[in-house]
Amino acid sequence: MATLSRDDVAHVAHLARLGLTDEELARLEGQLNHILDQYAILAQLDTDAIPPTAQTIELENILRDDVVQPSFTPDEALANAPERDGDFIVVPPIIGDSEP
Amino acid sequence: MIDLTRLHAHEMARLLRHGDVTARELTEAHLALAERQNRALNAWLTIDRDRALAEADAADARLAAARAEGARAVDALHPILGIPIALKDLVSVAGGKATAGSRILDGYRAPYDAHITERLRDAGAVILGKTNMDEFAMGSSTEHSAYGPTANPWALDRVPGGSSGGSAAAVAAFHAPVSIGTDTGGSIRQPAALCGIVGLKPTYGRVSRYGIVAFASSLDQIGPFARNARDAAALLHAVAGRDERDSTSAPVSVPDELLSLPAADDEAAGWLRGKRLGLPREYFVAGMEPQVEHRVRAAVAALEAAGARVDEVSLPHTDYGLATYYIVAPAEASANLARYDGIRYGPRLGNGTVLENYLATRGRGFGPEVKRRIMLGTYALSAGYYDAYYLKAQKVRTLIKQDFDRLWLEGFDALVAPTSPTVAFPFGAKMADPVSMYLSDACTLPVNMAGLPGISVPCGLADGLPVGLQFIGAAWSELELFHLSRAYEAITAGADWRGLEPADLARADDPGTPTPAERAGVLSAS
Repeated sequence: MATLSRDDVAHVAHLARLGLTDEELARLEGQLNHILDQYAILAQLDTDAIPPTAQTIELENILRDDVVQPSFTPDEALANAPERDGDFIVVPPIIGDSEP
Repeated sequence: MIDLTRLHAHEMARLLRHGDVTARELTEAHLALAERQNRALNAWLTIDRDRALAEADAADARLAAARAEGARAVDALHPILGIPIALKDLVSVAGGKATAGSRILDGYRAPYDAHITERLRDAGAVILGKTNMDEFAMGSSTEHSAYGPTANPWALDRVPGGSSGGSAAAVAAFHAPVSIGTDTGGSIRQPAALCGIVGLKPTYGRVSRYGIVAFASSLDQIGPFARNARDAAALLHAVAGRDERDSTSAPVSVPDELLSLPAADDEAAGWLRGKRLGLPREYFVAGMEPQVEHRVRAAVAALEAAGARVDEVSLPHTDYGLATYYIVAPAEASANLARYDGIRYGPRLGNGTVLENYLATRGRGFGPEVKRRIMLGTYALSAGYYDAYYLKAQKVRTLIKQDFDRLWLEGFDALVAPTSPTVAFPFGAKMADPVSMYLSDACTLPVNMAGLPGISVPCGLADGLPVGLQFIGAAWSELELFHLSRAYEAITAGADWRGLEPADLARADDPGTPTPAERAGVLSAS
């Protein structure tokens, strides 16, 4: 099993879109490696022939009729938006660093 | 004049039907106690007096209409009608807050009712408010709430367990006779044990998760807390069943017998005769407090004396449960919590590109335990590590599930085990070492991995703090677990610890008592 370096921790934080302070990165490096050490126990088990379990009740293909049903009004859907313009949510620029 | 808050829900239901008490009187009594003690306990994040009283009046109107119509109409009312209830603050109630214990949901108002909220409204329950919890249900002490910890009514310097600590403390302190929690790795059963009450984690798929803030979607289940088995069973009956909006809620019928568990102790105890119970030896884990083990073994002896056959059994993959759980649950959490991006709801921090906003909103909006789990999960799912961690854990999950399946095939009716290796611990005791906190759930999380129902019932005190006994059953066997729990209540009805109230309730009543946050701060500084 792997050991995480500080750079690895920073990389995972970026993948998770978590802005962490240097202090947090340092603390997480120690804590995550300690937790990963606990995972090593799983290597003792030979699981090559064992199928994975993703869910415990064997329901398959749960479908409903494709019928239009009442949904939120625009006002209900937008009520929690941090920034709103009419029936739109205002978001910061997604491409590039400059204003659109 | 009786103190209405000391009644069981089934006693309240009887008085309501006879017109001896009104839902408004019950609601007023519980609101007054909750408002008075919440400074010392911090069990509630929201107490909604106006909404509760309006719901109580509606319940009283339904009762009056049914009484005017006749006995049959009264009998058709759900026993939860007019009963005050507390909901963990991750259950959506339209127009109300749902923080999930996190800053990142500060100011969020649920636009709709959860399925269970609808069901509770249909049944006529009175929602008093929302209870404190570990942030996004990640924790075993409620210390990871962004809104301060909750105190245990038995000892105000100690945790109530978690993550549903507020719902457990509220019921233990008589602020409500019943409440709702969620259990992903033990978050109902462990706080029930530490607060000396009953808590059930149903079979995965028994209760719809629609409108519940998600943590780990293959493990999360919603369940009841109460001070006795009958009340917990009635609450499960009110919320369980198939819902089209949660495709993992199973089309399995909900037995009406949940509403007619035996009231008489001799009848209840009789259920034990000839029942075969397994005692998993691996659940007496390293680090278990001797007094906890002593109490659990005494409870097992009492079950045997009452006619149950108890055999020691083995669940050989138990020791792998913790590692498996702490891969699967964080992996699912890291995906579920990706939605908190500050775009559509919640505070939006940062002032630049969308990436800068994500980093700031999530970096400052989530607390340390949630960040830790997101990091673990993201790592376990990342390119190059998926097979070694996530896939491996899913395979070990199969082995854990097969351990249980084998025992059901051998004819065991249920398993009996400790709920938690320890009694309630002091604030701060496990905050510095995440793995020590994770071990609090060593006896509960394999049950979630296997999707099975489990219930914790009080089985005595160790140094004045409650100890929980856990019953684990095959899928869909909640009714049998409630019969077993009711039988255990019956055979211990005369025990010296039965009927004892939490020792620190008088201090909780004192307006000069410090808040749990103040207590925790003093303890961590010392």
